Parts: sequence; structure tokens; C-alpha cells
Amino acid sequence: MAPITTLHYLVAAAALFVLGVIGVLTRRNVVIILMSIELILNAVNLNLVAFSRLYGLHGQIFSIFVITDAAAEAAVGLGILIAFFRNKETVNVDEVDLLKW
Amino acid sequence: MLDYIQGYLSSNVTPGQAGNVFWATVYILIVFGAISVAVMAMNWLERKALAHFQIRLGPMRVGPHGLLQPIADAIKLLTKEDIIPSGADKFVFWIAPLIILCAAFTVYIVVPFGPTHAITDLNIGILFMLGVASLSVLGVVMAGWASNSHYPLIGALRSSAQMVSYEVAMGMAVVSAILMTSLHGLGMYGVAANSTGTGTLSMIDIVKAQQEQHVWFFFKFFPLGLVAFGIFAIAMVAETNRAPFDLPEAESELTAGFHTEYSGLRWSLFMLGEYAAMIAVSSIAVTLWLGGWMRPFPHTLGGETWDLVFSLFPGLTFIGLAAIAFIGVVRMPKHPYFKIQTAGLAGFGVALGLIGLILFVPPVRDRIQDIYWFAAKVAVFMYLYIWYRATWPRYRFDQLMKVGWKVLLPIAIGVLILTAIMGVLL
Amino acid sequence: MQPVATTFFFYLLSGAAILGGVLVITRKNPVHSALALIMTLLAQAGLYLMLYAPFVAGVQIILYAGGIMVLFLFVIMLVNIEKVQKQEQFNKQWLVGIVAAAALGVLFVLVYMKGESLFPKHVVRLAEESNTQEIAVLLYGQYMFAFEIASLLLLVAIIGAVVMAKKRI
Repeated sequence: MAPITTLHYLVAAAALFVLGVIGVLTRRNVVIILMSIELILNAVNLNLVAFSRLYGLHGQIFSIFVITDAAAEAAVGLGILIAFFRNKETVNVDEVDLLKW
Repeated sequence: MLDYIQGYLSSNVTPGQAGNVFWATVYILIVFGAISVAVMAMNWLERKALAHFQIRLGPMRVGPHGLLQPIADAIKLLTKEDIIPSGADKFVFWIAPLIILCAAFTVYIVVPFGPTHAITDLNIGILFMLGVASLSVLGVVMAGWASNSHYPLIGALRSSAQMVSYEVAMGMAVVSAILMTSLHGLGMYGVAANSTGTGTLSMIDIVKAQQEQHVWFFFKFFPLGLVAFGIFAIAMVAETNRAPFDLPEAESELTAGFHTEYSGLRWSLFMLGEYAAMIAVSSIAVTLWLGGWMRPFPHTLGGETWDLVFSLFPGLTFIGLAAIAFIGVVRMPKHPYFKIQTAGLAGFGVALGLIGLILFVPPVRDRIQDIYWFAAKVAVFMYLYIWYRATWPRYRFDQLMKVGWKVLLPIAIGVLILTAIMGVLL
Repeated sequence: MQPVATTFFFYLLSGAAILGGVLVITRKNPVHSALALIMTLLAQAGLYLMLYAPFVAGVQIILYAGGIMVLFLFVIMLVNIEKVQKQEQFNKQWLVGIVAAAALGVLFVLVYMKGESLFPKHVVRLAEESNTQEIAVLLYGQYMFAFEIASLLLLVAIIGAVVMAKKRI
């Protein structure tokens, strides 16, 4: 079998990224949309780490920053979700239409 | 074959580092078996010790002094009906105990029972241990949610909040111990000033750093190592959901917490995971602060003679246990009904004595030393767990959170900062 | 130490990651989605180990699988999922969304294929044994400013989350 090259990792990361994008674009449930965003961030991380194999450690540092970002994003996103659920009793994004009035 | 084993025994790296799949597998099986046996022994010891704390006898019927009780319990649990509640999420219900078990046992990959007696030595050893140990909270949450019942859900929410909160203080305490691997001060506190090693996260290297600096981190920078260790010792009790922090399983409030709906084999998996996790966090504490596999006073009481004296300890321990068994034999009631029990206890004593004698043989004695001291230190923690449970009343949940966030975390951060200052300036 | 059976483990782990991803976006029950996401994250930690990034793998396990996912599960339990499960799961533009995302993926793969000749021919020899130390040197040296900003970001996120989620402040 062919040895595993950087390209393999990139394709795997691209697949994860696409899955995340599909989740964000098609799901109604906010929780799953947030999880899909995590998927996207993870795909980016995999890319960064795979490239750090070619260009040195800087990619790994960046992936640590991305993980920090993901933690902050999850905390704030879920906080918004809880506030939203308290007011509207729903977790579906297409029922968030207060600003359309 | 014998040459192969001999060649391995004289090597000085762990099988994982040597890339030796066969020996790694053997080690994994040995560790798995040993931990399972230790959990069973702990189960018996806990029931007996708790009983004696309360002036009761504890299990006495199955085997002499209830020695076969764990086996009887295991048979009972294995043959019990395995109930899945009707509204439960079957898949999650099924996988939750397995997650806890896997998290508890995977940790042992990096536990250093001796300089070469570890399955492998990871560069990120302690980080790996904390991370994998923290995965067990997922199993708890899933078990509580999948049971589709109120008590387990509340227990799971409590448990996850508690474990996540105490993990922070625990991590800070661990970081201050890791700092000590690279900082050595300028010779105060009797620390070797010439050791200029870089810091490390590897479990084996942490113990080696203590060996080189001639000090257990427990005593290093005198009150600081002690305080960090104290924070870890408190946080680890909370992490494993044991008394006095056993709110997730508080039987007076929540029946049994997150595993209320579990029965039979699955319930026993929870118990196995809990005790394995207790041994795992205790071994983290031993590795980081109490010198891991090092024997007591390796430098003040150095030299050939003391080495010999301390190497006799493993055998003496087993001989002592055998002596206790024989005292039990003598004190057994002289009634025909107790014939089998007396004979069994005597046989047990003979077995312990034989093990003790084998441990006196020089080649065995040298190899078993590290493991013995490590196990002895962990055993102290195991006894402390029982002691806490027998002595202290349970915390209230808001008090528990207050202790975690407002007391332990600030102290841990303060210790961390002071450790850095001490290491650089003093 | 030389990694063993690289090909096998790559396909195993990346397969697990992608399967987890598919499950995340298709399950009705958010708890099942969260479990699938945990599988993805753990598989990715394995991939990081194969890429000589043990520290990132450790951080991935301790932060993502241990921290963020617990937060997710916590929130899922707070919101009522009984009702959510019976509702329509996908919005009206799902077909367009899938097509657009698939097109994006094809674009990525094509770009990677074309651009592979631009990659360096030889991999950098990353020190496996001292990976953590080297990351620390970079993080607290060259990236010090970014590191401080990240800590500020986390502080803001904590305050923001509390402000959002608490009923009365």
C-alpha cells in the first residue's frame, strides 16, 4: 500500500470540514450547529498539525490557539443558547426571527 | 526462550519505548490482572475496615474472616438479572460503564511502577493521565442521562459539575509539581543546585528528577510542595466521587446517584472503574510528590547495608501478613463447625509465608523492590480513602463548590506562583 | 520510536473520525450527536499522535473531549430534547446546502492535488521526545503576545457566558 503522506491527512481534514459545513447549513438544532462548528475547527486543526509536519512546530502552536478559541466559542455559544431557550422555549435556529419584525 | 526473558529483564527501558509489542502485551495483561485483584482486595478491606471502625465484624461467613467474600460477590453480580429500564436509551446505557472502565484502565499505560516497570513512557505522561482520567466524567453523565430517571440525572449533573470543578484545582497543583522538576532553587532546603535539567511531563522522568534532586517533591520548597500535595489529595477524593465528596452517590438523597438504575454485571463494572480510578489518581499523587518507586531515605540512609535492609521489606511484609493469619488461626473457635475455616486460614497463611520467602531470594528481591515501594505508598492512600469514608460527614453541594472554586483554586494558583518565584529567586 | 502499521492506523482513525462526523450531523438525538463528536475528537487525538504532535493530542483529549464535550452534554440535558426529537431536523435549504458543501470539498481536494508539488519534499524532523519543551519555548517566546491575548479572550468568554446564561446578575 502507498505510504501515508500529508495529502492523506489533508483529504481527511477536508472531509471533516465538509461534514461540518453541511451540518451548519442544514440542521435546525442550535446545539448540533455548534457541534458542527467544532467539527470545522477540528478539521482546521488537523490541517495545521499535518502541515506542521512539513514546516516546523508553528502549526501545532496555532492549533493550540484554535482549541482555545473553540473553548471560548463553545462557552459563549452555549450561554446564548440557554438565554434563548429560556425566552423562546425552542432550540431551532429558524425560529429565531425577532429581528425580522 | 529463557535467554529471551533474561535479555529483556536486563534491559533498561520500558517495553513501549523499546517498541517490543510482545512484552508490552504481557505488561498490559499483568497490570490489568493485578489491578483487578487489587480492586477485589480493596473491596474486602474496605468492608472489613469500615466494620471495625464502627465496632462491627463485617463479612465473616464466606471463608475465614470473609476472605472469599469478593469472589462470592462477583458470582452474585455475574448471575444477577441485568435490567435495562424501559424508557432508557439502550445504546448509551450499554456503553456508559464501558467508557468509565476504559478511562480508568487506560490510565495505567503510563503509571511507572519502577524505572522499567511501566507499559510505556509517554512524553506527555501526566497530561495523558489527567486527560484520560477526566474522560470518565463522560461515562457518568451518559449513565445518568440514559437511565431516564430523576435520581440518576441529578446525580450525573452533580457529578459532572463536581469533577469539572475539582479538575481545575487538581491541574494547578500538578503544574506546580511539574515546575519543581526544572526549578531547584540555589541550594536552600538542601536541594542539589547543580541539577540543571529541563522540566518534564513524563511520569518516569518526574520520579528521576526527584531522584536527582535528592528530595521528594512533597518536601521541596518546604510548605509549598506540602500544600500542593494537600490540594491534590483533596481534589482526588472529589474526582473519584468518594466520601466526604460522594454527593453524586449520596444514598440519603439520591439513592445511588448516577448508577441507581444499573444492576448486575454493569453495576460491577462501575464499581471496578471507580476503584481502578482511585488507584490511578493515588498513583499520580505518589509519582508526583512521594517519589514514586523510590524507597524511603534513599540518600540519608544510603549505602550497601541500608540497601540490603530496605530490600528485605517486601518479604517481611508478607511474613507479617502470614503471622497475622496464623494468629487468626490460633484464635479461631475450637468447634467442629469451624474446621474448614481454620484449615483455610492456615492455608492462606502458608501461601502468604511462601510468597514472603520467595521475595527474599536475591534476584527476585532486587526486581520486586520498586514495585513494592510504589504499591506500599499507593496502599496508604487506599487506606486513607476508607478512613475518610468512616470519619467525615458528607458536604453539602454548595459548600462543595465553594471549597473547590473559592478555596482550593486560589490556594493552588498562589502555590504555583510562589513555586515559580522560589525556584527562580531563592 | 518508529510508528508501527501507519497505514492501518491512519485509515482506522480517519475512518472513525469521518464516521463520527457523519453521525454528528445526521442523528436526531443531540446526545447521540455529542457522543459521535467525542469519537471524532478522540480519533483525531490519535491522528495527532501519528503526526508527532503528542502535546496537541494531550490538549485535545483534556480540553475537547474532557471539557468542551461535558459542557455540551450539560446544556443538552438542560434543554428539553423530548420535543426536539419529534420535530423536523433539517431546514428547507438542505439540498442547496449539501450541494454547496460538496462543491467546496471537491474544490479543496482539487487544490490539494494540484498544489502538492508546492509542498516541501522532505518532512521536518520533529523531535518527538522534547516536543512539549519546544512548544513551550515557542509559545512563551515568539508567541507570547498572542498567548496573552488568548488568555484575555478566555476571560471575556467566561464573563460573556455568565452574563448570557444567568437569569439575574
